[in-house]
Amino acid sequence: MSVLGSTLGAASPDYAANEEAHLAAIAEIETASALAVAGGGEEARARHEGRGKILPRERVARLLDPGSPFLEVGQFAAHGMYEGACPAAGMIAGIGRIEGQECMVLANDATVKGGTYFPLSVKKHLRAQEIAWENRLPCIYLVDSGGANLPQQDEVFPDKEHFGRIFFNQATMSAEGIAQIAVVMGSCTAGGAYVPAMCDETIIVREQGTIFLAGPPLVKAATGEVVSAEDLGGGDVHTRLSGVADVLARDDAHALALARQAVRNLNRRKPEQLARAQAQEPLYDPAELLGVVPADLKTPYDVREVIARITDGSRFDEFKARYGTTLVTGFAHLYGMPVGIVANNGILFSEAALKGVHFVELCCQRKIPLIFLQNITGFMVGQKYEAGGIAKDGAKLVTAVACAKVPKLTVIIGGSFGAGNYGMCGRAYSPRFLWTWPNSRISVMGGAQAAGVLATVRRDGIERKGGTWSAADEEAFKAPIVAQFEEQGHPLYASARLWDDGVIDPRKTREVLGLSLAACLNAPIEDTRFGVFRM
Amino acid sequence: MFSKILIANRGEIACRIARTAKAQGISVVAVYSDADENALHVAMADEAYHIGGSAVGESYLNIERIIAAALASGAQAIHPGYGFLSENPAFVEAVEAAGLTFIGPPASAIRAMGLKDAAKALMARSGVPVVPGYHGERQDTEFLAEQALQIGYPVLIKARAGGGGKGMRKVELADDFHEALLSAQREGLASFGDGHVLIEKYIANPRHVEVQVFADSHGNAVHLFERDCSLQRRHQKVIEEAPAPGMSAEMREAMGAAAVKAAQAVGYEGAGTVEFICDSSNGLQPDKFWFMEMNTRLQVEHPVTEAITGEDLVLWQLQVAAGGPLPKRQDALQMRGHSFEARLYAEDPANNFLPAIGEIAALNLPFELARVDSGVRAGDSITPYYDPMIAKIIVHGNNRASALAKLQAALATTKIDGTTTNAAFLFRLSQQPEYVAGEMDTLLIDRELESLTRPAKPTSLIIALAAIAELGLLQDQAGQDAKEPFASLTGWRHFGPATQHCHLQWGDELLDVALGILAANRFTAAIGDEHIELQIFAKEGENLRVMSQGQQRTFRVSQHRTRISVACEAEHYAFTALDQLTAEDDSTEAGNSICAAMPGLVLAVQVAAGDTVQAGQTLVISEAMKMEHALKAPRDGVVASVHVAEGAQVNEGQLLLSLEEVVA
Repeated sequence: MSVLGSTLGAASPDYAANEEAHLAAIAEIETASALAVAGGGEEARARHEGRGKILPRERVARLLDPGSPFLEVGQFAAHGMYEGACPAAGMIAGIGRIEGQECMVLANDATVKGGTYFPLSVKKHLRAQEIAWENRLPCIYLVDSGGANLPQQDEVFPDKEHFGRIFFNQATMSAEGIAQIAVVMGSCTAGGAYVPAMCDETIIVREQGTIFLAGPPLVKAATGEVVSAEDLGGGDVHTRLSGVADVLARDDAHALALARQAVRNLNRRKPEQLARAQAQEPLYDPAELLGVVPADLKTPYDVREVIARITDGSRFDEFKARYGTTLVTGFAHLYGMPVGIVANNGILFSEAALKGVHFVELCCQRKIPLIFLQNITGFMVGQKYEAGGIAKDGAKLVTAVACAKVPKLTVIIGGSFGAGNYGMCGRAYSPRFLWTWPNSRISVMGGAQAAGVLATVRRDGIERKGGTWSAADEEAFKAPIVAQFEEQGHPLYASARLWDDGVIDPRKTREVLGLSLAACLNAPIEDTRFGVFRM
Repeated sequence: MFSKILIANRGEIACRIARTAKAQGISVVAVYSDADENALHVAMADEAYHIGGSAVGESYLNIERIIAAALASGAQAIHPGYGFLSENPAFVEAVEAAGLTFIGPPASAIRAMGLKDAAKALMARSGVPVVPGYHGERQDTEFLAEQALQIGYPVLIKARAGGGGKGMRKVELADDFHEALLSAQREGLASFGDGHVLIEKYIANPRHVEVQVFADSHGNAVHLFERDCSLQRRHQKVIEEAPAPGMSAEMREAMGAAAVKAAQAVGYEGAGTVEFICDSSNGLQPDKFWFMEMNTRLQVEHPVTEAITGEDLVLWQLQVAAGGPLPKRQDALQMRGHSFEARLYAEDPANNFLPAIGEIAALNLPFELARVDSGVRAGDSITPYYDPMIAKIIVHGNNRASALAKLQAALATTKIDGTTTNAAFLFRLSQQPEYVAGEMDTLLIDRELESLTRPAKPTSLIIALAAIAELGLLQDQAGQDAKEPFASLTGWRHFGPATQHCHLQWGDELLDVALGILAANRFTAAIGDEHIELQIFAKEGENLRVMSQGQQRTFRVSQHRTRISVACEAEHYAFTALDQLTAEDDSTEAGNSICAAMPGLVLAVQVAAGDTVQAGQTLVISEAMKMEHALKAPRDGVVASVHVAEGAQVNEGQLLLSLEEVVA
C-alpha cells in the first residue's frame, strides 16, 4: 500500500493561523453542544431528579455498556430555534453498545418542555429511526414525553413525515426483525402511548411511568370520571391488568438494567462481511488537521492532507491518480475496515465526474463502503463545458451515487454548493450518516455569487426602465443577501434543521467515521443496480 | 543422628521441621487428616500416612495412629511440633514405650511445668523470682493486710471465683486496703457467692518477655537470649521480637540465669521457653521480672531467636534428642541485630478476631524481604478444623529500626485473596507509635483496638478505582472485537468526556461516583465535593500503577461478582456493587391490595383487620374450577381491612383485603 506523504506540518507558515481559526469555530460548536447537554436547565433538572428520576443523559449512559462510545446524532437539532426553548429538540438520539450490540437509543428529555414533540423533535425521532432501519439497529426508546406540543400541532401531527410516521416505522421495523424496546420512565400520553404499545417489549417504572390515550384531565373533561394517573395507566395497571407493558421496574436504574437484559435476549449477531485488515492509527496526528486545512474556504489545498490524517497508517491506494485530478479517489482502511474514498480537490470537470462514476461502480461491485469528503463549489460552468456535456457527466455521477447500495458516509469538510452537493452524496442521496465540520458552508451557491446574480437581474430591470443604479446602491442591495447566505449556510443553522447528523470536531473525523461505519455494518451490504447512464 | 523422623503435626511448623530434617539428609514422614490430603506438609514429606478424620481428635491428637504410622514407616523419632500433642506427657511415654525417641523434654519435666501453681512454688523454691502474692486459705483482714504489705504496694485484690474484672480492686496505698478488701469481698459474694480473695502484686505496664533455653542429656543448659511478646490480643501473641527493646545486659544476664535455673530445676532436655512478666513502668529493671510459666516445646516465635543467633533450633533439637551435647556453650552464643515475627492469620480483626475460612485464591508473600514460614499455597483452603495461620513473616535487620522498616514493607506487599486476613491489622500495628518507640505492654492492642481494626476511610482515588473496576473499564478488549471502534474507543463522545455513574457500598455507606472517561485509561472522578483526575498507565494482573495528583502508586484491584476489593499497601477495602437485577425488592414493592385472581367462592378468610401478617402467609382461600387457591401476603405487613366473608362469591380482580400502607 502507498503511504501518503505530507508537505504541510506545524512548521508551515499558515499553520498557527489556521489552527486558531478552526479552534474558534470548534469553540462555537462546543458552546452549542453544552447548551444541548444542559437540556431544560438547572431548575428543570433539579425538579426531575427530585422526583427520583435519573437525568436523560445518565439514563443513556447507564443503558449502554460501561465505557461504550455514544455516537450521538442530531445533537444540534432546533439549536437557536423556538426561541431556544427546545435544546437538542428535547431528546437524545445516538448509537451505543448494549450487551455488546450496537443499538439506537432514543431518550426523551422531560426537562425540556415536558419532553413534548416540537416539529424538529419529530424530524429527529424519524431520522434516528431511519438510521436504525437502514443499519438494522435495535431501537431502545426511553420514553418520558407529554406527546405532541399542542401549540404546534399543525407541524407535528398531520403530514406523512409527522408523528404518525414514528409508529409506522416501529411496525415496519418490527416486521423486519429490528427489535423495538421501550422503557416507560414518565408519561406516554395520547399518541405517545403508542410508542410503548407498538414495541416488541416494554418495561415500565412503577409509580412513575404512565401510558394512556387520554390523561386524567381529558378523561374528566370527556366523561367526568375522576381517576389518578397511576390508577389510569400506571405500571401496576399495565403489567398486571392491561398487558400494555410487560415488566414492572422498581425505579429508573432497575428499568435500565431490565432493558439491557432484554437486549441480551435478542439472539442477534452482527454479520461479518468485510475482509478486515489490522487496524492502525494514522501516521499523521489527526489534530494537525486544524493547521493543515486553510481557515478560508477559498484557499486551495491538497485533500490528501486530510486523507492522511484519517486512514489506517495514512495509507491510500489512489485510483486513476493522473486522470480527472480535481476528484481524488482511492482505497484505504479505517479501523481495519476497507473503504473507498471520494474527495474533492477542486472544481468538478467532466473527467473528474466520470472518474467518480468509475470508482463508485468499483466499490459497489466489491461491496466496499464509500466515504465522501465534500468540499465543492460545483461543476465547471461555461460554454465550453456545457457543450462538452458536463451536465450529462454530472448526471452520471449523481446517478451512480444515488444508486450505490454500499454504506455511504459523507463529511462536509469545506464548501457544499449547488450540484456538487448532489454528486458528492449530499443529504438527499441518503448517505447513512452525514457529518459536517465547523468551518463548512452549505448553500445552493456562494453568498457573493447569489448576490451577484440577483444584482445583475435587478440592474437589468432598472436599466431596462431607463434608470441608473449606483455602485453604492448595488452594494447596499447585495449586503443583506450575502449576510443571509452566510447565516443560512452556517453549519449550526444546517444542523439545527437536521440537514445533517451533526457538526463534529475535525480532529475526531476518523473516530466519527469509524463508529458510523461500524454501525452501518449491522446491515448486510446489498447488490447495487444502477440506473441508465446518459452516454 | 536419626535417619528418619516422623513429624506429628501439620501446617507451617511441620514444613519448617521437615526443611531442617531434609537438609540433614533425614527422611521425613508426615501424617495427615482427611482435610489435609493435599496439604503442603504432606507434599513436602518423603512419605505420608493418613491418620484419620479432619477433626483433631480423630487425627492429630490420635496417639495410637501416630505411633502406628511411625512404626510402620520405620522412623526412629517423633517431632511433635507445637500445639497438638507437644506438651502431653502421656504421648511422650507412649512414644518411648514404642521404642521411639520423643524429640522434646522428658515427660517428667512436662508434668512438673504443666501444673501452674505447683510449678510456681517449685520455681520460688529454686530461687526463680515469681509474682509475689498470697493464694492461701487464711482470710482474716489483719493477716491479709500484712500479706499486702509484704508483697509491696500497689497490690491487686482478686475474688477467688472472680472474672471479667468483677471483685477485683487495685490498691495503691496501705491506708486504702481495708475498704478495698471489704468491697472486693462483698462483690465476690454478691456475684459469685464466694467472698474468698487472693492478693497479688499489681504489675504496671506489664511486658511479656520470655527466654529461650536449651538443655541436653549431659547436664548442659544454655539460654539463647530473650524474646519480647508483649503484643498480644486475648493471650495470643501477634508480633514478637528479639531482643526485647530496652533490655540491659545486666537484666538479660539475670533473666537468662533464672531461665536456665528453671530448666535445671525440672531436669529439662531440649528446647524450652521460660516466660516472665516484667513491670516496665520505669523501663525494664533487673528486679522487676517474675516467672509465669515454662513452655516445654519449640515456640511458634522461635524464628526470631534463630534470626539473631544464626542458630537452627530444630537442628539443635534433633542433635540433643539423638543424645548429642548442645552444639554451643553459653559463651559461644552471640546476638546479632534485631528480628521481628508477625503472625499472618485468616481472621477478622474488626469482628473480634473471628477465625475466617476460605480458599486462598492468590497468595503473594514477601519472600524478598523476609523469611516466610508457611504451610499453605495458593489454591489451598483454610478449614475450620485447625488454627487458621497462613504464614509467619520473619525479618532481620541491623537494629530495631531497620528491622521494623523491613517488617512494614513486608506486610505492605503481603497479598492474600479469598479469605479475610489480619494483614492490614498487622500493618497498622507495625506503625503504631508506641510500638515503633518500643514502649509497648501487653495491654496495648486492647487499648488501641479501635484504631488498629478500623481501616481508614477509603480515599477518593480508591473509591474511583473501585468504580472503574465495577464498570468493567479495567478489562482490555481482546481478540477480533478489539479492532471495532465501538469496543476500542472507550467512553467516546463528540464533545467532552463521557460521564458514567456508579453506585458502590462501603460498609453501611452508599457512595455515588461520577466517573468521567477522558480516554481508555484516563479518568476524572467526582465523589461528593471532591474531584480528582487519574491515569492508569500500567497493568500487571491485578496490579495497577496509578498516577493521580502528581503521585504514582501501585494498587491492587480485584473483582469477584459484585465484590470489588482495592488494596493499597496492606490496607484493603471491600466494596459492593449494587446489581439492579438481583437486588432484593424492598417490601413495599408488592401492592397493598389483595384481589381475587379469578372468579370463585371464598372458602376461608384466615385473617382479620389489624392482624400482623408475614410475606407468604395465606390470607384467603377461594375455590374456582374445582381447585382451591390460596391468596398469600405479598409482603410483611398489617391487615388494614377485609372486604369479603366466607361463602362469598367474588369476581376476578375483586378487592378481597387491604394491607396498611407502608411508610417509607
